[in-house]
Amino acid sequence: MSGVPHRFGPYGGQYVPETLMPALAELEQAWVEAAADAQYRHRLDTLLNTYVGRPSPLYRAERLSARVGHDVYLKREDLNHTGAHKINNALGQALLAQRMGKTRIIAETGAGQHGVATATACALLALECVVYMGTEDMRRQRPNVQRMELLGARVVGVDAGARTLKEAVSAAIRDWVTNVRDSHYIIGSCVGPAPYPALVRDLQRVIGDEARAQVLAAAGRLPDRVIACVGGGSNAIGTFTPFTDDAGVALVGVEAAGEGIETGHHGAPLTAGGVGGPAGVLHGSLSAIMQSEDGQILEAHSISAGLDYPGAGPEHAWLRDSGRAEYVAVSDVDALAAFAEVTRLEGIIPALESAHALAWTLAHPEGSGLDLICLSGRGDKDLAEALEKLGR
Amino acid sequence: MTAAHVTAPGTERIAEAFARAHADGRRAALMPYMMAGYPDVERSREIAAAYVDGGADLIELGIPFSDPLADGPVIHAAAVAALEAGATLHECLTVAAAVAERVPVILMSYINPILARGVERFCDELVATGVCGLIVPDLPREESGLVTAACAARGLALVPLVAPTTPPDRMTEIVAAATGFIYTVAVTGTTGERTGSDGDVPALLARVRGDARVPVALGFGISTPEQASAAAAAGAEGVIVGSRFVRAAGEADAVAIGELVRAFATALR
Repeated sequence: MSGVPHRFGPYGGQYVPETLMPALAELEQAWVEAAADAQYRHRLDTLLNTYVGRPSPLYRAERLSARVGHDVYLKREDLNHTGAHKINNALGQALLAQRMGKTRIIAETGAGQHGVATATACALLALECVVYMGTEDMRRQRPNVQRMELLGARVVGVDAGARTLKEAVSAAIRDWVTNVRDSHYIIGSCVGPAPYPALVRDLQRVIGDEARAQVLAAAGRLPDRVIACVGGGSNAIGTFTPFTDDAGVALVGVEAAGEGIETGHHGAPLTAGGVGGPAGVLHGSLSAIMQSEDGQILEAHSISAGLDYPGAGPEHAWLRDSGRAEYVAVSDVDALAAFAEVTRLEGIIPALESAHALAWTLAHPEGSGLDLICLSGRGDKDLAEALEKLGR
Repeated sequence: MTAAHVTAPGTERIAEAFARAHADGRRAALMPYMMAGYPDVERSREIAAAYVDGGADLIELGIPFSDPLADGPVIHAAAVAALEAGATLHECLTVAAAVAERVPVILMSYINPILARGVERFCDELVATGVCGLIVPDLPREESGLVTAACAARGLALVPLVAPTTPPDRMTEIVAAATGFIYTVAVTGTTGERTGSDGDVPALLARVRGDARVPVALGFGISTPEQASAAAAAGAEGVIVGSRFVRAAGEADAVAIGELVRAFATALR
């Protein structure tokens, strides 16, 4: 029996073709061994420190704090190498793949941040890299496609469905089914079959571990609220995990309400389903998903490519049902407004994903003396899309 | 749409179909796959009848799903087209009902549509329609408890898949628990037409048949009568042909599809 959980309450599991089951067992075993291996840990920590630039700063956002009337701290994952939290997971898994003797890496990407992070880690470790990306996302995130190609990755456009993240994940899994013997699939979020949700959480909890120590050092207290955006939910689970035993700390996951939950054009399965809401299987695990009455997966919608996904990690579904975390949703319009406002207030251009967490905080200033927000990535990648939508 | 006078349990009807194929001089039973509701529900009912007329011993009937992880481009596209044409689970079951009295129908569905319906209710509907068994390509042994129990209580076969990557101990467990038949995946990959296989299929089949108490069928990548014949020669007791027939469903009429099925059936003589 290993230390990697397969279920979070009723959620999680391994709903994948038989062909992949031995690979999942192999991956789980490798992760248990690597996590206990001082050499692996040292190599990862050294790279996180000297290559990624960790620890990332915890910044007291002065004008944002004045705006909401209490202290707001931003965990600056946007300052990581490659510009988002995604590199924490990509580097950890690429090192793990190398340790397992895999020579080829598969990844999917939505906004392109996970694809760039994976292509970067593969360049560093001299691993072959194939990234699946919906053609609609390739259009929205052209600079990231060029970055990945420059880094030596092969970017494969996926033309199925809405041509976004869901289809890219499906295409990556199909590649893995076919090339499972020599390839490792670096999934970009805390979704997918076990052991991925726990593996990605473990690699992202460095965000929360650092932030908890940093906020105690800076403010001498724990935050009243920890706030993070949730697509699949990897920056949120990484930020939340070290705080889950701190009973006085509220955990708030902010999903994409898109054009409004009631329109059906959103990316907010946790919020829309509600506590104990109907669950379903998407990409190998049971969790909150967007689906039709007949069990067909619905297309998500968000202005933010990273939140444009009809599922969320199984641990989030359990944090919701157990009452430990609260899930809310912010519309495209409000996220865009926060994107513009925070840029002017702080001189920080946030990723549109992170702008959802900022927007919720701006709209809910009451009831907190100290907020800690994960600024999961920088917004340079979103400039073209955001400026067009802002009419500039 | 009920098939009330089909009273034998699905597992028995499947066993009889394999035995009858053998008694009729077939080297392996022919089990063509089709996508319910593709190109539309009416034509898929005609295709199912053409399969039987062409000599199918059993039919594997796919329920369209939006995100079929085990399927290659042809079957994926057919699923999307079927859903766009409005195929609901209810209508897909009318396709099964149209031929369920003539040959055993084994439903192939991903797990989410089953969970959305409710496992018990889904299985009740299969029995009411005369379906004999169920294949769930994203339901490995570890997750199959509820579905196994629901099928067992109704005499439905729950057909497991084994793959070239399945290790020996795991293979033994899967084979021991199998009902209906065992679906041996011939390639490390998704469904789709191929010119060859990537491994030692006779050795894989021998490994599966060693412990099996139910027939062993082979599928994935079999797209010509010659490949079907080779599968039988390699030890397969059943041959499943999918993407080739699904492609035909998008290109040809039911008569031509029936002829294509007959070519495969003849090759298995």
